[in-house]
Formats: sequence, structure tokens, C-alpha cells
Amino acid sequence: MIKEYRSARGLDGPLMIVEEVDDVTYGELADIELPDGTVRRGQVLEAAAGRALVQLFEAPQGIATSLATVRFTGQRMMARVSRDMLGRILNGIGEPIDDAGAVIPEQLRDINGSPINPYARDFPEEFIQTGISAIDGNLTLVRGQKLPIFSGSGLPHSELAAQIARQARTLHGEEPFAVVFAAMGITFEEANFFMEDFRRTGAIERAALFINLADDPVIERISIPRVALTTAEYLAFDCDMHVLVILTDMTNYCDALREISSARKEVPGRRAYPGYMYTDLSLIYERAGRIKGKRGSITQIPILSMPEDDKTHPIPDLTGYITEGQVLLSRSLHRKGIEPPIDVLPSLSRLMQKGIGEGSTREDHSGVANQLFAAYARGGDARELAVVLGEAALTPIDRQYATFAEQFEQRFVNQGFHENRSIEDTLTIGWQLLELLPRSELTRIDTELIDKYLGPVEAEAAAPVGEPA
Amino acid sequence: MYGVVKVGNLGLFGEIISLGADTVSIQVYEQTEGVGPGEPVVATGDQLSVELGPGLMSQIYDGIQRPLDVISEGHGSFIARGIEEPAINYERRWEFTAVAQSGSEVIGGARLGFVQETEIVKHWVMVPPGLRGTITSLASGTYTVTERIGELEDPFGQKHELKLAQRWPVRQGRPYRRKLNPGVPLVTGQRVLDTFFPLAKGGTGCVPGPFGSGKTVVQQQLSKWADADIIVYVGCGERGNEMTDVLIEFPELTDPKSGRPLMERTTLIANTSNMPVAAREASVFTGITIAEYYRDMGYDVALMADSTSRWAEAMREISGRLEEMPGEEGYPAYLASRIAQFYERAGRVYPLGATDQPGDDEEASLSVIGAVSPPGGDLSDPVVQGTLREVRVFWSLRAELAYARHFPSVDWLTSYSLYGDSDALGAFYRENVAEQWLSNRAESLRMLQEEADLQEIVRLVGLDAISAADRLLLETSRAIREGFLQQNAFHDIDTFTPLTKQYLMLEAILQFHKQALAKLEQGAGLDELLALPVRERIARMKFTPQDDEDDLRAVDGEIRAALEQVGAESARRAS
Repeated sequence: MIKEYRSARGLDGPLMIVEEVDDVTYGELADIELPDGTVRRGQVLEAAAGRALVQLFEAPQGIATSLATVRFTGQRMMARVSRDMLGRILNGIGEPIDDAGAVIPEQLRDINGSPINPYARDFPEEFIQTGISAIDGNLTLVRGQKLPIFSGSGLPHSELAAQIARQARTLHGEEPFAVVFAAMGITFEEANFFMEDFRRTGAIERAALFINLADDPVIERISIPRVALTTAEYLAFDCDMHVLVILTDMTNYCDALREISSARKEVPGRRAYPGYMYTDLSLIYERAGRIKGKRGSITQIPILSMPEDDKTHPIPDLTGYITEGQVLLSRSLHRKGIEPPIDVLPSLSRLMQKGIGEGSTREDHSGVANQLFAAYARGGDARELAVVLGEAALTPIDRQYATFAEQFEQRFVNQGFHENRSIEDTLTIGWQLLELLPRSELTRIDTELIDKYLGPVEAEAAAPVGEPA
Repeated sequence: MYGVVKVGNLGLFGEIISLGADTVSIQVYEQTEGVGPGEPVVATGDQLSVELGPGLMSQIYDGIQRPLDVISEGHGSFIARGIEEPAINYERRWEFTAVAQSGSEVIGGARLGFVQETEIVKHWVMVPPGLRGTITSLASGTYTVTERIGELEDPFGQKHELKLAQRWPVRQGRPYRRKLNPGVPLVTGQRVLDTFFPLAKGGTGCVPGPFGSGKTVVQQQLSKWADADIIVYVGCGERGNEMTDVLIEFPELTDPKSGRPLMERTTLIANTSNMPVAAREASVFTGITIAEYYRDMGYDVALMADSTSRWAEAMREISGRLEEMPGEEGYPAYLASRIAQFYERAGRVYPLGATDQPGDDEEASLSVIGAVSPPGGDLSDPVVQGTLREVRVFWSLRAELAYARHFPSVDWLTSYSLYGDSDALGAFYRENVAEQWLSNRAESLRMLQEEADLQEIVRLVGLDAISAADRLLLETSRAIREGFLQQNAFHDIDTFTPLTKQYLMLEAILQFHKQALAKLEQGAGLDELLALPVRERIARMKFTPQDDEDDLRAVDGEIRAALEQVGAESARRAS
């Protein structure tokens, strides 16, 4: 039985105190009806005997406590999930906002989900080709991984995310594939960019877009990734689809978390973010993965803009501790016009080694990636040295490395947001770049592989050099 | 206090963490959504305890010792709430062999008999600590862990049933007879650790490192190679996929001593970051209690906790919810004392059951290695500082080394080990490895320090400005770094290096340096010395199989021969 109360006693920001209640449980949803018939939603944050603290999902403007009617629904926050959500645009609690009619739910699910039993997990190892050389070659993404993009204000992370959503596929032909996209507190323009891009390229057919704009209720920012991931779990583990979840922008999510935490008068942690932010983030990120005996998978690409490009800020820092690597965008590369401006040196994919090599990508992948990595690092040092001492001061080999680094950025990393390179193309470019270096420098690749891909050492080079006269 | 309760209609598992006159605060180990006022709370009268008995090895548990494999089979791939499963299999029958005699006087910790738990672990069944008296009956046979194997009568005439399993509250350390000073190194086969920053059996160590610095690989290498009899690995608030990796990899890895799967001597506690935070707080205690139990059987046990920062954060979260006065960075003021309590449970001891007679090798040890994940790699974090006051070994991982693909990325300048040149371990090295072990260690650490200083100078004035001797030192330090400290965890031979081989490798590098320096003083050219092929030979020693000791020992002679040649050459030219 649903009881109604007219005993709302206080309103403090988004928090409403309702007294003389009974049978209220922690986490249940409440409807608050105003005299004009509009209904606002809220959730029970605290249930004590005879008293409940309700957090409103929407702005509290215009609520008079004495006139409001509060109904406790007895329901926890549920998401309606359905295959028909693909192709649709929805709001923060999963209701369609694209004028195409209601979605008929196939199931109701608790948006908080349950943790995947570590014992039931299957290890992610299947290569996803994103068509982006810097990622496929050096930061390989595998199914079931969570690989965030660390970006900054003004960097083209949206373009990169849209490109990944468009191009991602596996090498094993056609398997049901879906994109779940959750926008948290982004601007209309940014949201529109994604919607237009998905529509134009037809990607929307296999995508569900959850949109919470910057001026939408803050609390929806907390629920939207959960609703999106609940949908993704349904698609992946019940409908056998491979789901790519893009979450943007996690910084807005964390700020919303901080806002609500401060409204709840909790003890603030680092930079006033709540102390439980690590756990809260992990509840989102850890919903990526594969499960033994299930065909589908959830791969996550959260995007976050680092305040002041600072990697040690609590948001990127805690994220990096949970996710399996990171793709870092660099402002200086962006200024040089490199698209996408991925800085491969501090970027990392922890699950890469399991997803590449013979039988998955190509036998030379690991060696080429290592060698490119090492050579680019050395080239970077050489370029720095050239800035300090002048180019003339470089040894010939350092000069070659500096050229390599330049070419690596221009030809390997730089490809534009619309070129889709196969892994073979990526590796071929890698080999072309490595040819810029003397063969004796290629110490991280097996000699047989070098001979195979660069041809055997030419006869005259191998011949002993005569004694100088 | 600390009594276990069942909360609500779902029977969620909780623990009392504060007591008022007529109220208690309960920390619930599961999510509490949907629980409301008026629901029942049932006190079980028990403290948060673990079940200890045969069946612990090769198991994987969550933070409060619920078996994850059983849950997965019985309740699906996601962990629902209110699940209760026995920690050790109640149905399985074990072959018990009694060693104690009926009628004999025994004390707590005394061995009653054993069960072959896995091929490599002989599980001693002991009298529970705190109990003493006369065994009135005891018989070998096949039993389940809940069946009676015998009976004991205490001095007051009270009879107690004896079983294969016992329970112990996790927040209380298990007693031992006497604590000893650590005197034997825990050999890990990792060169930078064993030679430069060794951990003693029964010692404590900590591995801090920012993310991406290879912390987890170090922990996993330790669990694979450390010469402990039993490994307890606590994945505390870490990634789910990482635990899966361990779960998939460990059964395939073989124990270097017995050739059996590593899992047979390992217990895993997996409370990943998305599992309930209160259970994460309990997980390290669950782990260390299991570890102590095996220590009491006389084994050398190593416990890895990855990561204690997540554990501390769980305390912070709970403390915040209790609205306690926050200390530094929002952590509770009792953070440091909790960390201390945890690490103090490590040690080299005579277990209760040890006979303590001369010649009786019954000492056991529990070594604890905790990973800490300082925010932003900042070592001033209260968890790191609290830990550093407790532990005696500090393996500092540096992200820059990891970026340069120098693994293990242990920073040789900031790491330390208080066991490194301690007298106790020194005696062990002199007896078991070589006389010069400690002096070689000191010598190479000094060189690496000098290298860091020299590099500053080189950066300012260029390589040409320093003397040939200094350049030789730079080259030798590079040889130490690349040829000795760098170790490939994924290379069959390189992944593990026994102490003798470690000694021979370092000795070769230092010998070359010493003799080359002498030649330099006699007027030999540096380039000529550096071009000697024997240097390549030294660098490749790491790939020489450890069994091929003759080959390893031959290097010394080759160095001498090569350098004598240099002398001969210059001498001939001079004449």
C-alpha cells in the first residue's frame, strides 16, 4: 500500500525532511506532488523511525513544504531496459526525449546493479580495432577493458570518442555490437555534436544515447551512468551483444558527486570531493568486463577533462587506479595540429599484451609497439637536447631519432578524425618509420621478424668495410 | 563490541562497531538499500571470525571469507545480497592421521595430527589456542570438518570436542610462544630486492607506487617466487580483471620447488573495489588470520596486501559515516594505530605448539608486504607515512622508470631495507652465499649514488668534461642498472635468479670495473676497455640458466683473461 504524507517539514537545498512517516526504506523513491499537479522525484537518503530525508532529483524551486504531498513508492531506483533503446535518445532516468514514442521495457532492473563475482569474470583478451593507429598500435583496446581518455578543456576528446564509436570492430567478422553513450552535464552543443555525428554516420541505429545537459538536474548526473550501464549489462549479458560504453564527462559526474555530498553535509576529502569517491567511481568502472559463459561484453571508454591538465587531480588520479590504463591527450600535440593528439608515452593499456600477437593481430605487433615506444621516447629526449644545445650538437644517431620522433607524430599518430586504418596499415606505417633508423638500433624486435618485414639485410651493407687507407 | 549481527529481512551480514547506552552502530558488509526502520536485527553472539581448517588452500574468498567459487556456481555471476555459504566445504571428507596419543597432556597449538590438504601442503590439525588438558580420545580416519575427531578434557574436568576445523576472530592476533628477530632473508629471486633491499622472513615491507608503475607485477612476482611455504594474496579494493588474471594465471604456474600448481599453496582474498566497502575493511584481517593459522603450523607464510591504501580509504569512509572527527586528509585519527596493529601481526616466531627444544627447527614466520597507492604518487600521504613508520623495507617504485621500461621499477636511490646490512642477515649471507655479499652491495649502491651526482655534472658540462675514471664509473653503473637491476618478469630464465647467481652477476660487473680501473691507471684507453666483448658476456649472464653454475663461474676467468690481453696489447705497442 502506498501512503501519502503531507508532513514535509523542511527543505534544505535539494534535501527534504519528511516527518511522521513509517515503513520507509533506505534508497526507495519518493514522488512529491505540488498543488498544481506537477510531480517531482526524490530518493530516500536516510530512513529513521518516524523521519525520512529525501533527496530531490530536480530543483527545489517553488516547493512549499506545507503544500507538498509526499508519496513513498516502495520502489528502488529502477531502469527500464529493452533492446528497443538502441536508436533512441533518452534522458538521465532512461525516458525517451526524441519524440519517437515510449520504449516498451522488457525488464526492470535496479540501476545500482550487483558487483560481478571476480571468480565469474573472464579475462579480456579480444582485440578491438578502433582504426586509430596510436591506439591500435601502442595502446591496444580489448573487449571488456575500461580505458579512459584523459583530456583537458579545449582538446578534441569528443571527436576522438565519436571516431572510436564509429569505427570500433573486431577482426572476427560481424558480431552484434552496440554503443551505449552517456553524456553527463555536457553542453547542448557538445551533445548535439554526438547526436548529429551518430545520425549522419548511421551509428545511431546501434546506439542508445543518454543525455544529461549542463542545465539538467545535478542528481540525474549521478544516476545517468548507472542507468546507461544497467542497459549495457542487459544488452551484453542477456542479449549477447558486445557493448561499448562511452561516458563523458566524468569530471562533471564527480563535481555533481561533490555538490551532493556537500549538500548532505558530509566530511569532505581531498579538494572537497567526498571520501568515498574512489568506491563510487569503481562502482561505475568495474561494471565493464566479460563473464564466463556469456557471449557479450562491456567495454568502457570514460572521458574526463583534467582540471588544468593536472594528472594528479583526484578525478584522473582515482580513475587511473581503477581503470586498465589511460589514453592521454596532449595540448602541445594539439597545437602542432596532430589529430588525434594522443601522447603515447604516458598513455598505457594494461591489457594490451594479452590481446595482440599471432592469432589475434600479427606476430610482430608486440615488438613493433615496443620499438616504436622506445624510439619515440629517445627521439623526444634528443629533440629536447636540440632545443637546449642546438641541433648541431646532436650526434648523428640522435639526429636520426629526432627525425623519427617528428615523423612518428606526423605519420603514425596524426591521421585525422575520419581515417579508418586497419591494424595491418598501422603496423606497415610502423615499419616504414622504423626504417628511418639503422637496423642495429632495432633491439626490441626479433631479428627474424625484421628480416621478414624489412627484407633481409642487403648484401653491400653486410659486406665487411675495408680498412681505411 | 565487534559482535556479528544479521540485519533486516534479507539477513545482511554486519558487525557492531560502536556501542551506546541503548544504541549500537552496525557496519553492514553489504549494500543496505531497501532496508528500513522496524526490520529485525539479530545478534549472533559471535565475533567476526574466520573458519580455519583443511580446504583453505587454492580457495578464493571475498573480504569476509565467503567462497566466491561456490557463490558463482550457486548464485550466478553477480554477487547478490544476503548470501551465506560455508567458508570451507562441510561435505568433503579428509583423511586424518593422528600423531598425538590419547591420554597425553596437550596445550593450545599442539599438533593433533595432519591432513594432506593439497599435494604440497600438509595441514596440521592443532588444539585451538586457549585450550589445554588431556586428550581422552583421538583416532585417525576420514572426517568432514564438522565431525568429531576426538575429545579433550581440560583441568576443570570440562570436555571439549576436537574437530579438523576451528574458528578465530579476525581482529585478534593468534597467539604464539615467543617472537624472534628475523635472521633469514625471504628469497624472492628478484635481483634488486634480494641483493639491494632484502626482506627477512617475518619482516614487513611496503611497495608504494603511483598507478602504472608496475606495483601489481611486483606483488605477483613475489607471490610466484618468494620462498615461502604458503602465500595469502589479499586483493583489497583493486581491479576485478586483475584478480581474474591472478585466478587464471596461478593455477597454470608451477611452484619452482615442487613442480605443483602454485594455487595449491595459495589462498586468495578478493574484495574488488566495487564490492562492499565494509568487507574491504575486514579483508586484510581475514587474510592475516588465515596466514597466522598456517604460521602456527610451522610454515613460512607470506601475505601480500594490494592495496592497503584502499583498506585505509574504507576506514575513512566508515569513519565519515559515523561522523567521527576527521584527522589528516579526512582519515580517522586512529589510522596510524590500525596500520601498526596490522603490520605487528607479522613476525618470526616459535608457534605455541613448538617444543622449544634445542635442535628443534620449529620456528615459523609471517612476512607481510603491503602495497600502498598514494594519491598522485605523493608520498606525504598519511597512509604512506603511517606505513613507513611500521615497515622495515621500503621498495619505492618510480613511474619514470616504468615509462622507460625499466622493470622492476624499484628506485635504487630512495628505497631502503633495514635488514639489508643487518648483522643477522649478514651472517646468513656469509655462510650461505659469499663473504663479499655485503661489501659488494655497499659498493654498488655507492656507485649508483655517485652516478646520479655525475649525471648532474654531465648534463651541465657534457660527457667530455669528466675524467676517464668517472666515465668508467658511469658505464659500470649502467651495467648494474641494465645488466643487473633490470629483470624481465616474462622471460623464462630471467624471471627468477637464485642468490648465488645474483652474487656472481654483481661480482662480475664489479670485478670488471676494478680491473678496468687498474688498467686505466696503467694508461690503457677507455674506449678499448669498453669495446671488450667480455662486457657483452657479463650483460648476458642474466639469461644463463641458474643450473649452469660452471658457466656462470667461468665469467670471472674470462674477465681476467680479457683484461690481461689489454695490458699485453698496450705493452706490446709501447715496446
